[in-house]
Amino acid sequence: MNYKRITILCGHYGSGKTNIALNMAYELKEKHDNVAIADLDIVNPYFRTTDSAEELKQKGIKLIASKYAGSNVDIPALPQDMYSITDDKTVHAVIDVGGDDRGALALGRIMPQIENENDYEALLVINKYRPLTPDVTSTIEVMAEIETAGKFKFTGIVNNSNLGVETTAEDVLSSQNYADGVAKATGLPLVATSVSDKLFDELSGKIDNLIALKLQKKIN
Amino acid sequence: MADKVLMKGNEAIAEAAIIAGCRHYFGYPITPQTEIAAYMAKRMPKIGGCFLQAESEIAAINMVYGVSSTGHRVMTSSSSPGVSLKGEGLSYLAGADLPALIVNVQRGGPGLGGIQPSQSDYFQATKGGAHGDFHMLVLAPASVQEMADLTVKGFELADKYRMTSMILADGTMGQMMEPVSLDYDIKPAPEKPWATTGTNLEREHNITNSLFLSPEKLEEENFKRYNRYKVIEENEAMYEEYMMEDAEICIAAFGIAARVAKNAVNEARKQGIKVGLIRPITLWPFPTAPFKKAVDKVKGVISVELSMGQMIEDVRLATECKVPVTLCNRAGGMIPSPEQVLESIISMNNGGAK
Repeated sequence: MNYKRITILCGHYGSGKTNIALNMAYELKEKHDNVAIADLDIVNPYFRTTDSAEELKQKGIKLIASKYAGSNVDIPALPQDMYSITDDKTVHAVIDVGGDDRGALALGRIMPQIENENDYEALLVINKYRPLTPDVTSTIEVMAEIETAGKFKFTGIVNNSNLGVETTAEDVLSSQNYADGVAKATGLPLVATSVSDKLFDELSGKIDNLIALKLQKKIN
Repeated sequence: MADKVLMKGNEAIAEAAIIAGCRHYFGYPITPQTEIAAYMAKRMPKIGGCFLQAESEIAAINMVYGVSSTGHRVMTSSSSPGVSLKGEGLSYLAGADLPALIVNVQRGGPGLGGIQPSQSDYFQATKGGAHGDFHMLVLAPASVQEMADLTVKGFELADKYRMTSMILADGTMGQMMEPVSLDYDIKPAPEKPWATTGTNLEREHNITNSLFLSPEKLEEENFKRYNRYKVIEENEAMYEEYMMEDAEICIAAFGIAARVAKNAVNEARKQGIKVGLIRPITLWPFPTAPFKKAVDKVKGVISVELSMGQMIEDVRLATECKVPVTLCNRAGGMIPSPEQVLESIISMNNGGAK
């Protein structure tokens, strides 16, 4: 992918933002020295970017996260160093935003600076296999709620339609109509279709802008 | 695979409840179960149902009492400290023989504890949950699919026996995402001639009540209730056995602990150790039959729990202390690793009682 200085990932709850954010940060690190990933999730108590803190550290990627993430402190706190994303123009940053409009609220605070600089991409992550976004209409509804809460407009779409570990290549292929539909209805480009690295070879060549995701370790 | 959807455990409970005909949800937010309320808040208004965020857990459980009195399927959900607050209401529901579904997505305790997963409300759920002689049906899902399946089952059992069903999940079950199929053949709820639906001047008043002025009558109600519990104990116990046919060591675990234990069983089998798993799906009634059967064949049982050891007492009762029963546990929001369980298996296999 061609990255702007800041890549923002938003979407419906559970659409797969965190995994994509991590993989994008890993890819960015191959091209740039100064890379950061910001966990602005104020919604999820578990399964967060912070769970990959060790791997990020090894790769030399700066993790910007509330010190309470993953702890027992159950408050929607934002990291104090989140402003370094907008202040430090040398950093390439990926921002992982919490789900839905509630999660996107966290963005409103830094969005004016990001728009002012205008070197960013705001990507809507979509998954047609989530029960509340099974079609174009419902997905656009969620998208509009996020844009209102986060005070911004999306610039592109990532199709991450999946059924977790049971996802087949066929599931991904049959989600293309849906993704194209969302792109057409919103006028936004479909910048990528993301799949688990296990499915990448099987789908390679069949889908444009296909990206492989190394998935975060979870409980079996 | 298009008939499947990817859901969080909490969402699966909410959607399954709606499919089962529940149109009334009352609750108060608490991590790690808040997605149930959030999902209901989005869905209920669209299908003519009622989502109401009560001013407290105590208010919510009493709203459940009210709706249940009218014969409708109703639920509330919370996590450990919030369920303690609901205790009084749970006892009143039992005293008035009212069906309802209660969800506890457990977190670490005691006290305010933490927000990470736990199974330390086992005693609370299975031994009553509040004052007075009573039980709740307690169902323990071990996958997102079961979160949904047991929600439907919970409503059915609650109506069948006029009592509370509790889904006893944990934070991991609530937060993890898995593909689920929500294809159910929902039977109509049974007739509820006791419901307070208006007499139309055609019958005596129905009254839902847990206060009895005569101790003789109160005693009679208790005996009647416990006769019903006996039928449940004989008919409704559910469990899964895994590799128990030739097992010489038995693991007892429910919910997330059973999933961890299964990995350890597979690993131990690779090392040539004959170990199996009994996974109680109902915690009350506790499935004693598979343990009674296993006890003649195994050299010991390991209870794997996310608590300081609670189910282990029921395992000891079920095995009548004929073989050693040891504990493999983490507590306070921590989860045992497959390696830790494997160590306990190896230790028991070598004759230790760790």
